Amino acid sequence: MSEATRDAFEQAMDRRVIRGRSLYVDAWHRLLKNKAAVAALVVLAIMIIMVIVGPMLSDWDHEIPDWDHYSTPPSLETGHLFGTDALGRDLFVRTMIGGQISLLVGLVATLVSLVIGISYGAVAGYFGGRVDNIMMRFVDGIYAMPFMFFVIVLMVIFGRNIFLIFVAIGAVNWLDMARIVRGQTLSLKNKDFVEAARACGATEMQIIRRHIVPNLLGVVIVYVTLTIPQVILVESFLSFLGLGVQEPLTSWGALVNEGAQELETAPWSLLFPASFLALTLFAFNFLGDGLRDALDPKDRF
Amino acid sequence: MLRYSLKRLASAVPTLFLLITVAFFLIRIAPGGPFDSERALPAEIEANLAAKYHLDEPLVMQYGRYIWQIVRLDFGPSFHYLDWTVNDLIIQGAPVSFTLGILALIMALVVGIPIGVWAAWRQNRPSDYTVMGVAMIGISIPNFVLAPLLILLFAITLGWLPAGGWEYSFSRMVLPVITLALPMIAYVARITRGSMIEVLHSSFIRTARAKGLPEKEVLINHALKPALLPVISYLGPAAAAILTGSVVVERIFTIPGIGSYFVQGALNRDYTLVMGVVILYGILIIVFNFLVDLLYAWLDPRIRYDDLESES
Repeated sequence: MSEATRDAFEQAMDRRVIRGRSLYVDAWHRLLKNKAAVAALVVLAIMIIMVIVGPMLSDWDHEIPDWDHYSTPPSLETGHLFGTDALGRDLFVRTMIGGQISLLVGLVATLVSLVIGISYGAVAGYFGGRVDNIMMRFVDGIYAMPFMFFVIVLMVIFGRNIFLIFVAIGAVNWLDMARIVRGQTLSLKNKDFVEAARACGATEMQIIRRHIVPNLLGVVIVYVTLTIPQVILVESFLSFLGLGVQEPLTSWGALVNEGAQELETAPWSLLFPASFLALTLFAFNFLGDGLRDALDPKDRF
Repeated sequence: MLRYSLKRLASAVPTLFLLITVAFFLIRIAPGGPFDSERALPAEIEANLAAKYHLDEPLVMQYGRYIWQIVRLDFGPSFHYLDWTVNDLIIQGAPVSFTLGILALIMALVVGIPIGVWAAWRQNRPSDYTVMGVAMIGISIPNFVLAPLLILLFAITLGWLPAGGWEYSFSRMVLPVITLALPMIAYVARITRGSMIEVLHSSFIRTARAKGLPEKEVLINHALKPALLPVISYLGPAAAAILTGSVVVERIFTIPGIGSYFVQGALNRDYTLVMGVVILYGILIIVFNFLVDLLYAWLDPRIRYDDLESES
């Protein structure tokens, strides 16, 4: 091959890369047309910034009480925008700190379930046959068990360490992911490009890593967006039962629990964390719906 | 069908066995024991207690003993509520929890399905968006947030309903049932809408409309039945959701059901009580999934029991 032809060839290849409009670019454009999803994206961005920056801007600390104000309603005069709780702690800062924890748990635990679920599902789906059968029977077996029981028992066993919350929730939550990924893999592995890769001498693991997993991305993104709110919900649920994060740290679920106990005297201590929690879950769910519509064009009518 | 049912029930036995085994050893790994208290007990008393409840035997022996008990449907004595057996506690609590759960499930279907059908019929119009937006709020508000809000509104501010407590009366049951049902209504409505839209785009609906049938008849007699299939398969997860929901609802409304035993039991290391509740939940979920499959096959004659068999 002469120098000139090689240059021409490389140029042609370059141009193809530039011109290509991948599925994901397409999906992104479709997503931007969906007003609800864009609004959800904006809400989430604001929420994340607020939760991180909020405590820095405030004069108060999430642990140290304001000795002059116990259970005071929200007011500009005292400087407690969301009021204070029964111990005199500023609820704005506590809601933000709680948000940090809730979002962090949501992200990390989802990541844990993602890693387990994808590897498990991809291996089961790819190898198929008896391996698949055994692996999926195992999933079915766990599936029939009360999920909450395992999380609660794991929390009781491991004590209330925040990192173990991640692992406990993630370790129980990967089943759906494994099933979805397996189904996709089953249909992907018979596609021609996998055959081509095998003809080129790629090893099984290479094929899974380079050809199967990247193609699962669409489904996985949608599923992740819908799993994060679920996980946040589970953490809140645990904190609500007193099994989640421990004082002086807090999470939205723990705050809702405290607020619910002072419902009659201090309704604001319930309303603020509850609305932040609900708004976040709302936004994630809408975003997930939007992503599903965007990535799965055949569902659109 | 009988053969299929028997086979399914037989396959439930290993699942249940796995559940019992995992649960048994998991809860035993947990540090602390049922008789730990602030003040250490004298050694002889501790030894006597351990001997009475066979806690001094090797774990495997205890496991064998427990399995033998379960086979005879004896869940053993509670370690925390002395003088109570787990059977007594379950017999006392289960009817309360089941009443709530079944009422919530009925409410979810009765309210959720019509909403979904309506939204599908008005697809992409303002009324569809409004209804589905509200449904999304229903999904996003966790029940432990919803319950205090309902109490705040109906019990404290308006004073219409009691804030908690339990008896078999409308006023005591309405708030707990609504709390359990609302997220499910939202799910059912969303699922119904989605499948209804799909069905409404199929050709047999076009035929029905071409014949000049009134829209109501097309929706109810032709579209609804196939559109209900995904709703039926949601009932399995819904049963599980009710179970976890009951833990929260029973706590907030101070209702003496089995959900409240569960968390307390785990914290108290009340081994037998936790095991009893877990086994009960496991059986319920298995039975529910089985019923869902039967219903599925009945609604959709294309599904044969052979298919179900080869799948499961």
